[in-house]
Order: sequence, then C-alpha cells, then structure tokens
Amino acid sequence: MQEHTESHEPVDSVMTYALVFLALIAATVITTAVAFVDLGAFSVVVALAIAICKMLLVVLFFMHVRHSAKLTKLVLLGGVLWFLILMGMTYTDFGSRTWMGVPGR
Amino acid sequence: MHSEEQTLALREQFDTAAQQRDASTLGMWIFLITEVMFFGGMFLAYSIYRGKYPDVFAVASSSLNVYIGAANTVVLLCSSFTMVMAVRASQLGKRSGIIFWLILTLILGMTFLGVKAFEWNEKFEMHHVPGMAGFHLDGVGTSQGPASIFFSLYFAMTGLHAMHMVVGVGILTMLIFQAKAGKFSAEYWTPVDISGLYWHFVDIVWIFLFPLLYLIDRHLK
Repeated sequence: MQEHTESHEPVDSVMTYALVFLALIAATVITTAVAFVDLGAFSVVVALAIAICKMLLVVLFFMHVRHSAKLTKLVLLGGVLWFLILMGMTYTDFGSRTWMGVPGR
Repeated sequence: MHSEEQTLALREQFDTAAQQRDASTLGMWIFLITEVMFFGGMFLAYSIYRGKYPDVFAVASSSLNVYIGAANTVVLLCSSFTMVMAVRASQLGKRSGIIFWLILTLILGMTFLGVKAFEWNEKFEMHHVPGMAGFHLDGVGTSQGPASIFFSLYFAMTGLHAMHMVVGVGILTMLIFQAKAGKFSAEYWTPVDISGLYWHFVDIVWIFLFPLLYLIDRHLK
C-alpha cells in the first residue's frame, strides 16, 4: 500500500551520491593543500568557506534537505539564525573590550 | 482496540504516511539544532581564544599530524556515503542492502575511533595533555598556559565528537539487528532515515573540526 502523494520522497540515484562523495573528498584534499600556502589572514576564511561548502553538500544531498518539507527548511534556517546570534553577540562583546587585540582600536 | 488500520508506517494520529515521515524528520532536525547550539558553545570558546592567542594556536595546531587528520576525515566522509546508501536501500525496501551498507558504515565509524584513540595516545606520550604534570609544548616559550588552552579545547571538542560517534556506533548496531529482523520495508524506513541524519550531522561537526584544529597557519612551519 504505497502512498503516491505529492510529498512522497523521491529516491536519488547512486550517481548523484557518488558525485557528491567525490566532491567532498576533493574539497578535503584542497583544504589540506591550501593550508600550506601563505594566505595571511585569509587562510581561515578559505578554510571556513570550503568547510561551509562541504556542509551544504552533506545537508542538501546526504540529509535530503533539498527534498524536505518547507517547514523543515524554515526550522533549519531558524537554527542557523540562533547560532549566528550566539557567535555574533559574543564577538561584539569581546571585541568591544580590551581583552582582545582588535586592529584599529 | 481497532488496530487493523494502524501500522508502523501509519500510526493513528497521522493522516498519511508522508505526513508521519515529515513529522519524524522535523523532530530529528529540532534535536540536531540543539546539538548545533551544544557544539556551538565550544566553537565559540575556540574562536575567542584563537583570536586572543593566534601565534600559540598556530604552533600548537602544527604539532598535530595533519595527514592522519586528513585521512580520518576521508574515512568519515566514506562512512557518510555508505550511510546514505543504506538509507537509499531502505527507501527501496532492500533488506540485504540496508544490512550491507550499515555494516560498512559501522566498520568505518570504528576505524575513525581507532585512529582517534591512536592520536590521543600520542598526546599523552608527547606531554601535550593539559593539566597533567610535565605538560610542555616546544616553540611557544613561556606561553604554556595558552598552549594548554588549545589542547583543552582539542580534547573537549574531539572528545565530545568521539562520544557522539560511540553513540552512533550503538545506533548502527541496533539498526542492523532490526533490519535483520525485518522491521523495515519500502513503506517504513524512518529509523534508518533519521539515524542517517544523526550520522551526517556528526560528520559535519568533524568537517569543521578538521580545518579549525589541524590546519591553522601550516605554512609557518
């Protein structure tokens, strides 16, 4: 008795998963190699940008969020927002004290 | 009790099987968001201290073995691939496929934990364990305090991550037995699906831990 409703989850092909997997491995190799290059302050930016790309691949494909209900996507965005509040507000607090060396202050 | 209409795939409080699946997925995501906040506090502490002691963190990070870390990242990514294949097999109702891919995932997960144990052991041998007598990191001079902050964060973050892996290994073992007992079908695969979400989440935590702990200013060395 299989339900064929609109929200029935489609099954992704093995090829899709294999390509995502290869992209993840390639990104791991790149991020390791780039760490040995002197990019100054941008080295952490590049490392985080690659990590965020890898996270998006895992979330959208392996965790099926691209097929998920709108409510699930909305809740996820809410979670991201709360995480940014945690980080952002603490940085503004520490950054505005003399505890950390912020350039230009 | 009128149980004729009630199955694992469609319990009485839901209108359709799809609605029940969406509810399970949403519930799991809400749990995972609490986990994001849980790990988030540690990432926050890490970034504040890295901002305060950038040079010591660079030296301490370079004392970790980047090749072992990268290899372990690959092991974990492989386990995410085998997990998603197990979920796919469950969506198609292939019992032997579920068991095959879950066992592979289990082996890869335990491989990761074995490598992690090896790395931790190395820290004990090199006197890089904060709080233990004789803690010393070469190359930072008298800044042994900030160096021990790095290793405290290293042990707390990789330790919490490994604890999640141990829980994941337990979940996988349970799923393998349930799959063998024929609990899952093309109509009902929710436990495999949401366990997959958990496993991938733990993978994502490592995706961030690897560059943040192992790859700080490697070029300085």
